[in-house]
Amino acid sequence: MAIEKRDVRVLVLTGYGLNCEVETAAGFSRAGASVESKHLHDVLDNANAKDVLADYQILAFVGGFSFGDHIQSGRVYANRLRFRLGEALGRFVDDGGLALGICNGFQTLVCLGLLPALGRKTGTGLAPQSAALVHNDRLGYFDTWVNLLVDAESPCVWTRGLPRTLELPSRHGEGKLLFRDEETRNAIVAGHLIPVRYADGAGNPTEVWPANPNGSPDGAAGLCDVTGRVFGLMPHPDAFLDPENHPDWIKRRDAGVPGFGLQDAGLGQAIFDAGVRAVVK
Amino acid sequence: MPIFRLEIENRPHVPDALGVRTERQLADWLGAKTRVRTRKVFLCDVDISADEAQRFLDAITDPVIESSALGVLPDDTSAGVPWILTVSFAPGVTDTVGKTAKTAAEDVLGRTLSGQVYSATMYFLWGFEAQSEVERAAAEVLHNPLIQKIRLEKPPRILDLTIPRAGASIPPNVQTISLDSLDDKALETLSKERLLALDLVEMQAVRAYFAAEKRDPTDAELECIAQTWSEHCKHKIFNAPIDYVGPDGESQSITRGLFKTYIVGATDAVRQDRQTQGLDADGEFLVSVFSDNAGVVRFTERDHLVYKVETHNSPSALDPYGGAMTGIVGVNRDSFGCGLGADLLANIWGYCFGPPDYAKKLPKGLMRPRRIRDGVHHGVIDGGNQSGLPYLRGFELYDDRYVGKPLVYCGTVAAMPTMVGGKPTHEKYTAVGDHIVMIGGRVGKDGIHGATFSSVELNEDSPVQAVQIGDPITQKMMFDMLTEARDAGLYSGMTDNGAGGLSSSIGEMSEATGGAEVDLSRVPLKYPGLLPWEILVSEAQERMTVAVPEEKLETFMALAARREVEATVIGRFTQSGRLVVTYGDKNVCDLKLEFLHGGLPKTTRKASWNPPVRQEMTRSERLSHFSSQSMEMWILQMLARPNVRSDDRYSRHYDHEVKGLSVIKPHVGVNRNVPATATVMRVRIGRDEGVVLGEGIHPYYSDVDAREMALACVDEGVRRVLCAGARIDRMAALDNFCWPDPIESKSTPDGAHKLAQLVRTCQGLYDACKAYGLPLISGKDSMKNDAVLDGVKISVPPTLLLSVMGQMTNVRNALSLVPRTVGDVLYVLGETRNEMGGSECERLFGRPMAQVPKTDVERNAKRYHAFAKAHEAGLIRSAHAVGRGGLAVALTHLALASDLGIQVDLDDVGRGLDSPEAFLALFSESTGRILLTVRPEDTNTIEASLEAHGLIRLGEIKAPRDGRGYLHLTVAHLTVVNLGAAELQRAFQEQSHGD
Repeated sequence: MAIEKRDVRVLVLTGYGLNCEVETAAGFSRAGASVESKHLHDVLDNANAKDVLADYQILAFVGGFSFGDHIQSGRVYANRLRFRLGEALGRFVDDGGLALGICNGFQTLVCLGLLPALGRKTGTGLAPQSAALVHNDRLGYFDTWVNLLVDAESPCVWTRGLPRTLELPSRHGEGKLLFRDEETRNAIVAGHLIPVRYADGAGNPTEVWPANPNGSPDGAAGLCDVTGRVFGLMPHPDAFLDPENHPDWIKRRDAGVPGFGLQDAGLGQAIFDAGVRAVVK
Repeated sequence: MPIFRLEIENRPHVPDALGVRTERQLADWLGAKTRVRTRKVFLCDVDISADEAQRFLDAITDPVIESSALGVLPDDTSAGVPWILTVSFAPGVTDTVGKTAKTAAEDVLGRTLSGQVYSATMYFLWGFEAQSEVERAAAEVLHNPLIQKIRLEKPPRILDLTIPRAGASIPPNVQTISLDSLDDKALETLSKERLLALDLVEMQAVRAYFAAEKRDPTDAELECIAQTWSEHCKHKIFNAPIDYVGPDGESQSITRGLFKTYIVGATDAVRQDRQTQGLDADGEFLVSVFSDNAGVVRFTERDHLVYKVETHNSPSALDPYGGAMTGIVGVNRDSFGCGLGADLLANIWGYCFGPPDYAKKLPKGLMRPRRIRDGVHHGVIDGGNQSGLPYLRGFELYDDRYVGKPLVYCGTVAAMPTMVGGKPTHEKYTAVGDHIVMIGGRVGKDGIHGATFSSVELNEDSPVQAVQIGDPITQKMMFDMLTEARDAGLYSGMTDNGAGGLSSSIGEMSEATGGAEVDLSRVPLKYPGLLPWEILVSEAQERMTVAVPEEKLETFMALAARREVEATVIGRFTQSGRLVVTYGDKNVCDLKLEFLHGGLPKTTRKASWNPPVRQEMTRSERLSHFSSQSMEMWILQMLARPNVRSDDRYSRHYDHEVKGLSVIKPHVGVNRNVPATATVMRVRIGRDEGVVLGEGIHPYYSDVDAREMALACVDEGVRRVLCAGARIDRMAALDNFCWPDPIESKSTPDGAHKLAQLVRTCQGLYDACKAYGLPLISGKDSMKNDAVLDGVKISVPPTLLLSVMGQMTNVRNALSLVPRTVGDVLYVLGETRNEMGGSECERLFGRPMAQVPKTDVERNAKRYHAFAKAHEAGLIRSAHAVGRGGLAVALTHLALASDLGIQVDLDDVGRGLDSPEAFLALFSESTGRILLTVRPEDTNTIEASLEAHGLIRLGEIKAPRDGRGYLHLTVAHLTVVNLGAAELQRAFQEQSHGD
């Protein structure tokens, strides 16, 4: 059944110290989807109703500091979801739903086992956690624009059709992506499940600060599952919805660089567009 | 119930970033070579079983990178026996991590728990030999004894289950204190001993009030009066009548006080001028000024803009991290709690510290400036980032005189929807019968006496409990909930619980209806054992007081419960004319509002201008000093000065991007390390209007003339926002005064001069604001920035921060300082004079120099109108305000930011200056100057329109040399400076990154 963009329903979860719900919702709205932002409490209130997530095609896990990132970033928020919404989340993915996690949302998806979820079988709820986003090598929150190298061979639907590289703002304290074991890492690399990597000026993956702000091995900046429908990344496409967000927008506009014209959307919009497009097909 | 200890650590192969940072800090600060690993500890004093504790531990241990144990993890002694230092909180200190851990445990176990979870950090330290070395590291780097406890041991260790449980079982007694029998001396002693910070005249007024009431006051009443009448809350110095004698011996009686005469006076004058000029056709620009927690001005048909800047100096001196964090989350509440509530948009910060490399002996009780700097930054970084707010402006200034008390400015811009529920949002509608609801955090002993403490000097007896620690997540959850409640129209008014706690917030709000009654026994406490007066004045953080009408109460309370925000009805608004406070059936406080708010006696203060003599360099001394090295060396040394060099060592740790609205960021240029002239941000997603922020701060000029300091601050603030493209008819400003005690006394013999400096600053502020059409919309004064320690008194220089908020109709027309294209022509607009007094060059030379910059505000105002017009016509390509360090620094900014060649001929700038012309031309800090670039084809037009305003052609933007920018300066066709970007960059960049 063909659906149109406005039929794509997006649920943005909010509350408990998350703070990027407005810009994330705007990204999906500008992509043409219908967006609802809901406090997690109001979703959990209805968690016993079987179809609490079934009305939506896309779930958005936004950035921020859920529960202050106390204990570990994303941990407490993810636990609450796991205990009270775990089965529904598993079903949502089984039923073909898409999920995007940005920054704290990415950390949450990893804690939930929704990423990378290797070997997870349909109908089995959430997988055990097999990756972790740990403290940046240089401890502390760091704000910088990064250049991402996009893996065109990744199954990730959220990066489909993106140019070879994409600049985005990055701002976090825990973004270094580690895996349970080498076997997991090898499977991830072989499956092209790292859709975006921090790149140096020449466009090659890098582990060198500050082009790679956290020391993530192999420059890994994001992760998707084997279906390509669940995607998390540390940098913020939601903070580049307008060309004027870019630090060099005046220079780029003067030079006529594509994506910096007066009528253009910011280049971060492409990720939201791709997600909505993937639902519409 | 049993206590359980949980220990969690990274597995050996996983790096420990906190350990690595600690190693580097120990190396940098103490020269210690160590290896450090860390461990998280939780002590659970809640009603759970051992099995449940294990389940909780499993749920919070990362299965990929961490190991954990119920009890103790094995201690690694394979590479030597480490010292084990455990840092935990002192009883009663806010423990946000422990609080979240309890929530996490409740989620795991599916039930509510009673009791508390406490967090701690263990440091395993290898490389220290003697215990004394570890103790020094603990004292100077790893903990602050005011708020934390330490335990030092070596393995094998025993299971330590000590918890910092706070509280005591003491009855909630109310004491009465007889004043009748007290003579003047005893009154003063009472004020001092109870830290009331009231002077004799004020104590006598209190005594007279209770004599008329025919009873003795309670402890709570004295405290309540003291908080309400504190310098912090009542701005006594700014409201006092002043007899002033100026520099020429002229005397003046300022009977209405400085605030009414000059601050409100300036805004009234600007309001009138705007009306005359018909600038308010779309509705009055000044929506709410001086009457609420923050200033409010008109912006679009949908939103007003709100702005407030606060200082949090004294708490930051004692606990830099916690003090500064409460500074930022506190000012968030000011802007949030304005009217019926605003949507927070962005933060600003600015710090005045002792020099980071300060090596002189410190009086006992003071922390090293570098430690204060580190703690303050991290406090505001955590507070701001966790609140989901980007920062727009930040600065750091250094001077030996800030060693005693650092100045910590924190500010917040917010957007206020013009209407909610069909009513103007900037007003409050509190009515008789509305419930008084306290919402947010609980009350503890933290922050007791904050308001009175900040109204006295810092000394060895400064109260530990004056330190609060912020909990930004509790506050964020409260803000989210209150925003929902605002949009649903569930309350009629609110205010922040800041200085003075409930006594101030309820006292303030009760003025709307003419009375209030409160039962303190309902107030939720962090721990038992607070006396009623302590509950009344505690400044425990993250609390607002909200007025909720009867018919909305149920909905309001239900929403709070759903959002896990604690809300408690503690009383009602009345029209009794009294503030009545009880604890159950005990009377605690019963004061006439008229007395509480209007009973403060005014004392006329004396101000007389009597500046110390400055031994200024003579012309020949200056010449010979200048000739001692090359111009290039002077420029490189200037760039490396802490007041001038790039501040991005710390600023990159603040969020610049959250909300996705940034347009011109705090740092610009190819390496994003040149401080922006002003910053620009959209206000709502999908709208093109923007807010523009800039500021001026020149404490050093007040060493010569405080009036010129004020003029220079206003001039620079205005110039900065105009350079970014702000509308000249929509600017507003905040004044923040940080002064040394200006009241003459035994300990302050030069008080009359310091007060005269204040008078002249206010007069300058008035003149500049009127000339520039710049209304003051809110402000703050902090008047006791002195420290007396070890018998040494250190006072800050009189410091005015003038923060300007501008507006743009379309952010796409924003400008930055970065030159855009090779071939563009570079001009300076405005004259350069021999004005080195108070300049950065003066401090570089280490000797006072002649002539503080003088600002001709009338002439500059005309210049700025012409400049704004040229920008509107699309003629200006980039613009930068010339400020600290003069043209030398401003031109370097252009070269570094663009990485293009900046080719300048100084002949015309230096013309008429005393020789050597180039030196004065480069380092003079004459105000009113703008560096701008223009397309070559527009030079005739720009010269025609700006020539009358002092436009001088400097040169042009050249292609890079070997791929890099450069600064090339000539005088009479001879090269005086030829420096490449790499060399400039090395000098400009502070070493060390990432901490």
